[in-house]
Amino acid sequence: MQKVNRDVLLEKAAAMLDAGEVQAVLGWGAGEFAYDVTPRVFETSDELRADFVWNDFCGANLSKYLVSKTKKLEGKLLVFLKPCDTYSFNQLLTEHRFEREKVYAVAVPCEGMADVQKLKALAGDGISSIESTDSGFSVTTIYDDAPVEVKGADVLLEKCANCKSRKHVAYDELLGDEGEVLDSNRFDEVERIEAMTSEERFAFWQGELSRCIRCNACRDVCPACTCEKCVFDNPNSGAENKAPTTSFEEQMFHVIRAFHVAGRCTDCGECSRVCPQNIPLHLLNRKFIKDINTFYGEYQAGAEEGSRAPLVDYTLEDLEAEDVFKKEAE
Amino acid sequence: MRKCSLSKLTDLFQKINESASLYLPATDNAGGAVYTKWADGVEYLDVLNTVRSPKDFFFPQSENLMEFKLKGKNIEILDIREESEDFVIFGVRACDVKSFEVLDRVFLSEPVDSYYQNRRAHAVIISMACMRPADTCFCTAFGIDAAEPAGDVSAWKTECDLYLKANTEKGAQLLAKLSNLTEECDDSEVSPLQEKIRNIMKKLPLEGISLENFGKGKTKEYFDSPLWTELSEACLGCGTCTFVCPTCQCYDIKDFDTGSGVIRYRCWDSCMYSDFTKMAHGNSRNTQVERFRQRFMHKLVYYPENNDGLFSCVGCGRCLSKCPISMNIVKVMKALGGEKK
Repeated sequence: MQKVNRDVLLEKAAAMLDAGEVQAVLGWGAGEFAYDVTPRVFETSDELRADFVWNDFCGANLSKYLVSKTKKLEGKLLVFLKPCDTYSFNQLLTEHRFEREKVYAVAVPCEGMADVQKLKALAGDGISSIESTDSGFSVTTIYDDAPVEVKGADVLLEKCANCKSRKHVAYDELLGDEGEVLDSNRFDEVERIEAMTSEERFAFWQGELSRCIRCNACRDVCPACTCEKCVFDNPNSGAENKAPTTSFEEQMFHVIRAFHVAGRCTDCGECSRVCPQNIPLHLLNRKFIKDINTFYGEYQAGAEEGSRAPLVDYTLEDLEAEDVFKKEAE
Repeated sequence: MRKCSLSKLTDLFQKINESASLYLPATDNAGGAVYTKWADGVEYLDVLNTVRSPKDFFFPQSENLMEFKLKGKNIEILDIREESEDFVIFGVRACDVKSFEVLDRVFLSEPVDSYYQNRRAHAVIISMACMRPADTCFCTAFGIDAAEPAGDVSAWKTECDLYLKANTEKGAQLLAKLSNLTEECDDSEVSPLQEKIRNIMKKLPLEGISLENFGKGKTKEYFDSPLWTELSEACLGCGTCTFVCPTCQCYDIKDFDTGSGVIRYRCWDSCMYSDFTKMAHGNSRNTQVERFRQRFMHKLVYYPENNDGLFSCVGCGRCLSKCPISMNIVKVMKALGGEKK
């Protein structure tokens, strides 16, 4: 499915490593199967040649790793960024979370990444090999002699099915062709929930959030969650909680987190990708994004480095509280 | 051995449910399965793995242990345990049944954990052989036979029938109650099924993963390995692997101030969390590398060291499919054990 192939990325990174232009490369490393790709820091071109992957399962957004990884290096770190990842990259720069000059950002065009859960639902479990084809995947399982053909469009990660942009908003170098900001349908589901009665909406979220196991994966993967110590982990905060003792508590965690990242969330979709319980957490964030667009005018976090988010920027034209309610009533 | 037509499955569930609450895997309405209390209309979902493991039945994510009430100058300590009902868990996979043995050795050794013991005593486990193991399965490495799951009753499913075999006194008592709905049979249908399953297991991609480099006496060999830094590099420090794991057993005990007293509760802890084993003097594991190492050393070295060589992993594959960054015990075993990925 991907138009730019692995070798293009590999040669770029290996050449820069060998020339000493960068000290390390942040990319994706091979796993046991085609789909279990792990983010990895490569320090030599031999390591890259052995284990670097760029395939349809590189959904992980590497931007947040820059916060910790750049601190450990004297020299530069080369990072590969998909279009959506560049928005997180910019937002982290806006928040001064890492030093720009320590990073060499290589932008990679992306045709959308696959969700292995969706793939298994269609092709069956017991996968022994996955071949990428022009239109999707040819999947062989231990149960069937003939490979199962699966369309790529049917197994996209949620964030890719509703891709907001194929344009890279930040990079030092672009491999391949630049894309466009897309007219996505990402707010359709939000509108569906908005159309519910408050009772229905409460029941919907209670149903979704009741599956939460408080593993904190959504928070830990989130590029907008870079607090040195999260209030929910701090025994001195009074808000520390390790387990959802009540359903109210687990709702509080997610609602507070959504508020905390409001205006800063770029809608990278990582929270929903990593949730072991398939809770559509991105919908909470998208509601905030949609509201900000409605009340303050179109704003995309991360589109521009250094931009001031409407929620932290006062202007004389800002809506008054009463106007907000009026607009909401419309 | 007894058998029952699958068309009578609902009647069977109904009958079990008459004498004890029945729990079985059912849809979680989000693409996964969750152990659900059976009632009319709840359909058994024959999935390989539930997202959460059945350890929740005996060792729930959080539970209240006791309550302290202030009365004048006296503190009253209340035992607030309520559970006393018998229950049956249907459809437990061989790997998950084995996990109960791992947990038993922790909670039922002296001093016995009476909360866990109470729930264990009230449960009857009906296991289910795996007809379609997944690419993430590696239970055979731990000597588990997916074709012959343990438990109080073992079950096998063919196209049209369910076969049941009692392994314990409790299991025999349960099957006796179901005698009107089942008929005596031999294992002529089950044996070929078992052979089929065992052949499937041999074809799985993780078949042949070796444990010979792990177990007792390996602490010094691996503790200072430089590989831990590399393996843990991308770890987010979330608790997913530990919370979906059927054998992870660490917990934290805390006091909740109710305003008029204190409720002491315990909840799952995760060695991946920054405050894991935090004590008055501070924390003995301050980096993610150390916490990451703890998880795998515990499963592959420390636990076997203290438990006659038994590993505290059962190869269910939940961490393989749920880790946000796809790092897992198989990758760790292959890297440390010197096997090429």
